[in-house]
Amino acid sequence: MPPVSDPSAAIEVRELVREFRRGPRAVDGIDLVVQTGEIYGFLGPNGAGKSTTVLMLTTLLPPTSGHATVGGFDIAREGARVRAVIGAALQEAALDMILTGREHLALQATLQGIPAKQRKARAQALLERVGLSEAADRRVGGYSGGMKRRLDLALALVHEPRILFLDEPTTGLDPQSRAALWEEVARLAHEEGMTVFLTTQYLEEADALADRIGIIDRGKIVAEGTPAQLKAEIGSPSVEVAPVDKGAGDTLAELLSRFGALQRDGRGSVTVQLPGGEAELAEIVRVLDSNHLRVESLQLHQPSLDDVFLAKTGRKLEGAAEE
Amino acid sequence: MTREPSLIEQVAAVARRSALGMYRQRALLFFPMVFPLILFAINGSALSSATEIHGFPTHDYRAFLIAMPFVQGAMFVSISTGTNLARDIETGFLNRLALTPLRSEAMLLGQLGGAFVLGCVQAVVYLLVGFATGVSFASGVGGVFVLLALSIAISFAFASLGGLLALRLGSGEAIQGIFPLLFVTLFLSSSSLPRNLIKAAWFREVATYNPVSYLLEGLRSLVIAGWNAQALELAFGFALVLALVSLGLSGTAMKSRLARA
Repeated sequence: MPPVSDPSAAIEVRELVREFRRGPRAVDGIDLVVQTGEIYGFLGPNGAGKSTTVLMLTTLLPPTSGHATVGGFDIAREGARVRAVIGAALQEAALDMILTGREHLALQATLQGIPAKQRKARAQALLERVGLSEAADRRVGGYSGGMKRRLDLALALVHEPRILFLDEPTTGLDPQSRAALWEEVARLAHEEGMTVFLTTQYLEEADALADRIGIIDRGKIVAEGTPAQLKAEIGSPSVEVAPVDKGAGDTLAELLSRFGALQRDGRGSVTVQLPGGEAELAEIVRVLDSNHLRVESLQLHQPSLDDVFLAKTGRKLEGAAEE
Repeated sequence: MTREPSLIEQVAAVARRSALGMYRQRALLFFPMVFPLILFAINGSALSSATEIHGFPTHDYRAFLIAMPFVQGAMFVSISTGTNLARDIETGFLNRLALTPLRSEAMLLGQLGGAFVLGCVQAVVYLLVGFATGVSFASGVGGVFVLLALSIAISFAFASLGGLLALRLGSGEAIQGIFPLLFVTLFLSSSSLPRNLIKAAWFREVATYNPVSYLLEGLRSLVIAGWNAQALELAFGFALVLALVSLGLSGTAMKSRLARA
């Protein structure tokens, strides 16, 4: 078994395996390193092994084999120390529908050992931070999905953990709630230096939030890197230009041909690949302007993480779980 | 700055939540509490001629029967405790608690906190109903307090059993499914007749080996016989054994259920 080696890592995983009786390997020998203060997006379809990985890293499920440290502590031998440095909002917002939001926070603060004198203030601060002050004394059974998720996040933050695990935190949320949660997660990482391990099946979520992404499929990590690196592996961006004068397609193609391979759509629009990346966009605009070619629209197309998933697994992320 | 809370703090915090849950769902608890009283009223009236059987220990059948609601109520406590704990397992709330420094024994004892409160409330209600129907205590005022203590101990023991079932089965529906079996143990006991007056030999044999008989007889002795040390020892003893065995097995089941490192 390879030794854990990176002292600056918040999370380090080596050959981690989890097998279930009468089932396939849910997690099949994954390796990953998450640096302190990083948002690590763990992207994959349903059933890929994301939640099983989170359960192991949060000490709630023992690994079948392999090795991992969280906050410098071994997940198998130092469970209590791991739990002291992590906060976790697991896949389902596990809340008691009978209790109010404030009562949840009071219970969590007591069990986390927050001194009695500080509990009320801590609960109030967290309620304000997640925008639940007004609903704090209402029973959670009456909360919307977004409110439950926000309370779940507040509960995970009660003891000011260094490392935060969020297992599909925005699944089922409306776009507004999702954006609010993204904002808070980004703030925690970038302003408070918290390390965030985020699982998601949403490409745009991983793309918007994560500093680095690991793509997991059928228990194995199939790709890892920054969103830009992963996309760059797939190909260069392209720009699609539509002229105002549909008859100017030939002129437009001639002007753009120096930048890369062209595609024409028969309606005057020209798409050109940019092997030099989006930095060439400014030069394209200058060339078009200096040749007095009026443009109706100009669109930059980046390779998406869906393209990355397709290239690495041979399947589109959407619907991959059903296969 | 945090410090690990003491075991008592942990138990108190979880127990408070459990008791709050019971209190806020009191409408759900009302009928389980009233059902034993309905049976008490029906049997107390329909079977009252049992006192004419030679050797029946009292002339007041209600005084004989009043022990039954206490034990039946305790069985309901076991179901509500088990169902609540199973719900915590199903919803992942137990995992939330497991991520805190909470000790597994505190988690278990705290979950029984609501059962303790419910057991107390039920005991007082059944006692008041008994008084209202003319039941008097042969053991006097002291016996009333001992009956309350025994009743709470029985509720706690059955609640422990409910907790064990929840941890082993992990499903509220499965717990509900087991309830009829508990009821069978009540009816195959000395709930309606003293053991020595049960005519069917097999029934008498089953009732003799059924610990529920001794729980009933301990409670009943305070009402109709006065101070009967043996009956009380057996009743407290069986309640204690049931609680200790259930808690011991629950401790193991809790550890494997949590499986946290």
